[in-house]
Amino acid sequence: MSDPVSAAAAVFQLWLLIVVFFIVLPAMFGVSLGVSGVYIQVLVRILQVRLPGQKPSPSAGQRSHDRAGEFSLSDAIYFCQKGLESIVEDQVTQCFSSEELASWNLLTRTNQNFQYISLRLTIFWLLGVFVRYGFLLPLRVALAVIGLSWLMLGTTVVGFLPESSVKNWLSELVHLTCYRICARGLSATIHYHNKENRPQKGGICVANHTTPIDVVILANDGCYAMVGQIHRGLMGVIQRSMVRSCPHIWFERSEMKDRHAVTSRLRAHVSARTKLPILIFPEGTCVNNTSVLMFKKGSFEVRGTIHPVAIKYDPRFGDAFWNSTKYNMVSYLLRMMSSWAIVVNVWYLPPMTIQAGEDAAHFASRVKSAIARRGGLLDLAWDGGLKRGKVKDCFREEQQKLYSSTVVQNGIEPPGSSRNPPEEE
Amino acid sequence: PVSAAHLLRLHERFDFLDKDGRGHLRPEDFEEIRELTENPIGGRIIAAFFPPEKERLDFPSFVRILAHFRPIGKNRSRDRAQPEQANSRTGKLKFAFELYDQDRDGKISREELLQVLRAMLGLQVTEEQLRSIAERAVQEADIDGDGAISFDEFKKVKKKEPQGLKPAEKTNFCHVWFLRSHWRKWTWSTR
Repeated sequence: MSDPVSAAAAVFQLWLLIVVFFIVLPAMFGVSLGVSGVYIQVLVRILQVRLPGQKPSPSAGQRSHDRAGEFSLSDAIYFCQKGLESIVEDQVTQCFSSEELASWNLLTRTNQNFQYISLRLTIFWLLGVFVRYGFLLPLRVALAVIGLSWLMLGTTVVGFLPESSVKNWLSELVHLTCYRICARGLSATIHYHNKENRPQKGGICVANHTTPIDVVILANDGCYAMVGQIHRGLMGVIQRSMVRSCPHIWFERSEMKDRHAVTSRLRAHVSARTKLPILIFPEGTCVNNTSVLMFKKGSFEVRGTIHPVAIKYDPRFGDAFWNSTKYNMVSYLLRMMSSWAIVVNVWYLPPMTIQAGEDAAHFASRVKSAIARRGGLLDLAWDGGLKRGKVKDCFREEQQKLYSSTVVQNGIEPPGSSRNPPEEE
Repeated sequence: PVSAAHLLRLHERFDFLDKDGRGHLRPEDFEEIRELTENPIGGRIIAAFFPPEKERLDFPSFVRILAHFRPIGKNRSRDRAQPEQANSRTGKLKFAFELYDQDRDGKISREELLQVLRAMLGLQVTEEQLRSIAERAVQEADIDGDGAISFDEFKKVKKKEPQGLKPAEKTNFCHVWFLRSHWRKWTWSTR
C-alpha cells in the first residue's frame, strides 16, 4: 500500500526540483528562459481566434471641437444623450467595477455579456479551466510560498548584519529575488519602458493603483521603500521582517490619521538622500485601470523629486483589478493565480518637481495628467473617496461654458445688426 | 424588443439607483447621479421619466423609455426592417421634442425654446443673444409659418455636422450598453 504513496512523494519531489531549478533559480538571477514569452505568444494567438471584438472607434471627442459654431435644435439631443448615458452608467461607479472586454478571453469572470455561443467555445473553455486550475494554479501557489518564505528568511538574516553598504546590497538582492519569484508566481510578464527614468534614491515614486500586486510589479525592477499601514496576521509578519533589512515606512493605524505626522516622516526619509525612493499610490484606493482618479495631495507636499510611473495591465489575459468590496485578499490572489497571465506595461516618466507659485493640489493634478496620458488612461476629476456630496454649481457652469463656446464661437451677431432684428422688449 | 442581457444590465442599474430598495424610483434617486445634476437640462430629463403627478417609476416604464435609445446596429443583418429603425429614431426625437415642449401642446413655442436655451447656456450669453438664437432657430425650422415648431418640423431639422463626425456616426448609443469602457460613451448620433 505504501507504493502509491511513495510514488506520489517521488513525483512531488521531482516536480519541486523542476520548479526550483527551472523557475526559482533563474528568477533569482534575473535570467529568463523564455518560456513565458512563448506562453504569452501562444495565448495571444488562441485568444484572437475568439469572437471578433468590436473595434474601438475614434471617439467624437469633446463636441466643442466639431461644431461649426451655430445653434441647432438638435443640440438638446446631445445633452439628452449625455444625460441618458449617465442614467445607464455613470463615471464614478464605473471606475470601481472591472473593465469589460471586447471579446471573451475564456475566463468566466470576464464573461458578463456573452451568452452561450457554441459548443466549440465551451470545449475550449473547459480545456482552459483544466489547464489553469490543474496545472498553473498549483505551480503558482508553490512559487508564491517559496518566494514569501524566502523574503522573510532572507530579510531576517540580513537584519542581523551591522549597518554597511554590504548589508544594503544584500538586502536589495534579497528583495529583488523574492519579488522576481513572486512575479513568476503570478505569471507576470512585465515590460519596462524608459528605464533611464527609473526613480533615484531620495526621490518619491508615484504610480496609479489598480491592485496590491502593483508593488510586486514595480519592485521587480528596483528597490523601493514602501509606505503603508501595519497589518495584522501574515501581512504584518512580512512587513516587520522586511523592515529589518531596509527602512520601510510602516505606520500604525492611529498615525495614519495624523497627516502632519505622515508628512514629517516622509520628509525625514526623503531628505536623507541615500535612502531608497519611497513608493506611494496617491489615489488612495484601487481603481479599475481604465482611468486615474484624483491624486491626494499629501505626498506632493513633501518637496522631493517626484518620479511618476504609469502602470497599465493588459486586460486580455486577466483582470487585475482588486474590487475590495467584492473579494477579500485571499480570494483575489487565487483569482489572480488562476488567470491566464498578467501582462503589464510600466512606463517610467521623467522626474517632476513642484514649480514656484504652484500649490500641491495643482502639482498633483499635473503629475496625474502625465501618468494618465502615458498609460492611455482617462484623466478623471473625481475624487475616489467621494461618495455623496452636493454637486457644486460650478460643474454645471462648466458645461454651460463649454456649450456656449461652441454656439457663440463664430459670433452670434451682436444685437442690432444682421438679418434677424432682435425682438423688441 | 430589448435583449435579455441588456434587460439584466438595466435591472442591475435600476436596483443600484433604487438605494432604499423600494422597488421603484423617485426623482430624488436620479438626482443622486452627479453627471445628471451637472447636465444643464438634467432636470428636464428626469422630469421626462415621470409623467405629471406621478412620483414613482417602475422598472417596465424605466426600460420602455430607455428602449428608445437601445442598440440597433448590432444585428444589422437581421434587422433590415425599416419600420423598426424608423420607430426608434422617432422615439428618440419624440423624447427630445418633449424636453422642449413642457406644456405638451405638441408645439415648441419661442418661449419654450428660450427656456431650454437659457438652461443650456446659463449666464454665458446675454439675453439679447439668447433671443436672437431662438428667433433664428424658429425661423429656420418653421415651415408652416405658425411661429412655433411642430413635431414634424422638428423631425426635419438637419443637424449641422462637419465631416469630422462621420466615423462616430457608425457607432451609436449601443456601445454604452454593450461595453462599459468610458471613452466609447462620448460619441453621439441619432439615426
